[in-house]
Amino acid sequence: MTEIFLKLIIGVVSMTALGIVGGFIIQGVDRKLAALMQARIGPLLRQPWWDFLKLMRKENVVPEHAVPWVYNAAPIMAFASVITIFLYLPFAGFNPLMEGYGDLILIMYLLAMPALAMVFGGFASGSPYATIGAQREMVTMIGYELPLGAIVISFAWKMAQSGLAHPFSLKTIAANPIWNLVGPFGIIGFILLLLAMIVVTPAELSKGPFDAPEAKSELAEGLLVEYSGRNLAMFYLALGAKMIAMLGLTVALFFPYTISQYFQVDTTVKIVIEVLFYIIKIFLVMFVSVTLMRVSMARFRITQIVEIYWKLGGTMTFLGLFLIMLDGKL
Amino acid sequence: MKESVVSAKKPIKTVIGPIHPALKEPIKFIFEIDGEKVIKVDLAPGHNHRGLEWMATRRNAVQTLYVSERICGICSISHSIAYCRAIEQAADIEVPVRADYLRTIFAEMERIHSHLLWAGVAALELGFDTLFYKAWEVREDLMDLLEYLTGNRVNYGVLQIGGVRRDITPDQHARINKSLLNYTILFDELYDMFLEDTVLRMRCRDTGVLTPEDALKLCTVGPVIRASGIATDVRQDFPYCAYGDLDIKAITPEALAGEVHGDVFDRIIVRLLEVKQSIEIIQQSMKKMPIGPLTNFPKLMVLLNHIKQAEGEGIGRHEAPRGEVFHYIRLAANQESPLVWKVKASTYSNAMSWVKMLEGEQIADIPIIVASVDPCISCTDRVAMVDKGRTSIFTQDDLRRLSRKKTERIRQGLK
Repeated sequence: MTEIFLKLIIGVVSMTALGIVGGFIIQGVDRKLAALMQARIGPLLRQPWWDFLKLMRKENVVPEHAVPWVYNAAPIMAFASVITIFLYLPFAGFNPLMEGYGDLILIMYLLAMPALAMVFGGFASGSPYATIGAQREMVTMIGYELPLGAIVISFAWKMAQSGLAHPFSLKTIAANPIWNLVGPFGIIGFILLLLAMIVVTPAELSKGPFDAPEAKSELAEGLLVEYSGRNLAMFYLALGAKMIAMLGLTVALFFPYTISQYFQVDTTVKIVIEVLFYIIKIFLVMFVSVTLMRVSMARFRITQIVEIYWKLGGTMTFLGLFLIMLDGKL
Repeated sequence: MKESVVSAKKPIKTVIGPIHPALKEPIKFIFEIDGEKVIKVDLAPGHNHRGLEWMATRRNAVQTLYVSERICGICSISHSIAYCRAIEQAADIEVPVRADYLRTIFAEMERIHSHLLWAGVAALELGFDTLFYKAWEVREDLMDLLEYLTGNRVNYGVLQIGGVRRDITPDQHARINKSLLNYTILFDELYDMFLEDTVLRMRCRDTGVLTPEDALKLCTVGPVIRASGIATDVRQDFPYCAYGDLDIKAITPEALAGEVHGDVFDRIIVRLLEVKQSIEIIQQSMKKMPIGPLTNFPKLMVLLNHIKQAEGEGIGRHEAPRGEVFHYIRLAANQESPLVWKVKASTYSNAMSWVKMLEGEQIADIPIIVASVDPCISCTDRVAMVDKGRTSIFTQDDLRRLSRKKTERIRQGLK
């Protein structure tokens, strides 16, 4: 029992640090890459850190019409739930810290928590912009949960069908790369699921072209319109960390490969190689699913977002699932 | 406003503006919103009134020319052409042919950069930052060209009553041709980016529709009315400057798609095609431009004296990038400053079409529909009603009464 508590305390502290630092770095890289693709110089890599410091120094305004306790609790809830995801995610080939206590389903729910916190915060702000933003965020969630759920089910089904114990456990998925388990039909199926995951990621992270809930030019940052100072800084931290969590999930599901076994070196060097390889994977996934998506498309309307996720995303994931099942029967 | 009946599904009243990221200049929109749908629209301009017309009556005509350039940062040539033409008509001043051609060239250059600026803003409103940066990067070349020709990037100061102040010399042609060639190539690129993009089409097709009937009824002008399928263009219908000698045909979306929707996408089509048309007009003008003087009044004092002696009224019209601008001038004998200067900019005519376009649309489309008119609030705001800190609403009858009063004052001033 004490072992678990010790593990938990160390885990929370280290994962919080990882989430904050990783969030800053990944946001900085994303902004820099987007700028380069738009023929701009762009901010420095440490700009997100400076933004955070500046926000921490700013006044924390609570609007007159807000419900203060919900309004103030929402950023903390968002950040805490993202950090909790980290405890269940495998990083760089290591097993998740709280391994055996939670699985893919839990991660799916935890991923919805920051968005829900933002919805609560938006409604509690008492601003019409934030209210519209919160409504849109809920609708977006309804939209992308369908393909995301279908992806999770496909993985678990394949794991169970392959006769592995604990099909929902990320440890099982990480230990058995999905591409090794399936035949040609299954590979096509999982490629479809990967595409669906890439389309779900920007909405999950409130990035363009699915950023209707925040929509700078329409709602003046929508959900976050009333937030300032420390509360806004907390949301930035949460969004940065969530980016890592979401990309980490994509990597854990689709690319759980490790490379250190090919090197004849010490364990320490192996860990370094593994971490570097993991960072490269994360950045690659980020480039495709976040940066490229947001620089190459205009913002969708909220009705179009739901249409895309239900019609296109739904069709893609169910077709993928069907192909995987077909592959399993052959 | 308090509502006596509280219904379960009361529309939210949302105010956008005077300051909002969707608006580049201060204007206030009051929306009634049900969910994501816009039920009712009201607009309240008057946050950007600077009293320019009042200033003109305390300056001489040449000084006012520079005030007219500063009505708006983008249509600085358009307003000064309209102003010059009004004064020239009132004071019976003839403009040399070469000056007319030069005016045409500068006006068309302004149209290109204005439309590119608009294209960037439209992309930004749609949340498509990449296209915004691209459009504005492309625009830079033309700004540099204008600086090369006139000495300034924004307020060119190149026009003069009775002519122009700077010539385009033969050794400058190479630089102009280089830019025009560059734009001919870039045009195809922009064409692909704006008109072949699926997401852009999804957002803009059948958004903010203005039917031809409404467009005519609301007296809209410029690309807005042309996008609704009505081929009117001051350059075509009432040629002035060198436009009479050139091939000009008002552009409607039919030219490209063969059909007219009157939506935001059609307005993009019209503006993009006008960029191409402007390139062609500049090329034609440079070929046809005759040799001759730049002005019949090389000495400023002679010009000022001539205007001082003159008496009468004149109007100047010009097809600005956003639509027709209209200037009215009344000169009184032995008075240096104009007695009246009235400016009607294109957005003034287009403003009421917002109501028709926005009603029934989604919130997400508000920014792009507002931007699709290419509003210029600083051009439009000619009046602000302030009564010891209170602003009040004036009806049509009130305004008619006030304008009659003003006309009476002007008439007395003439005696």
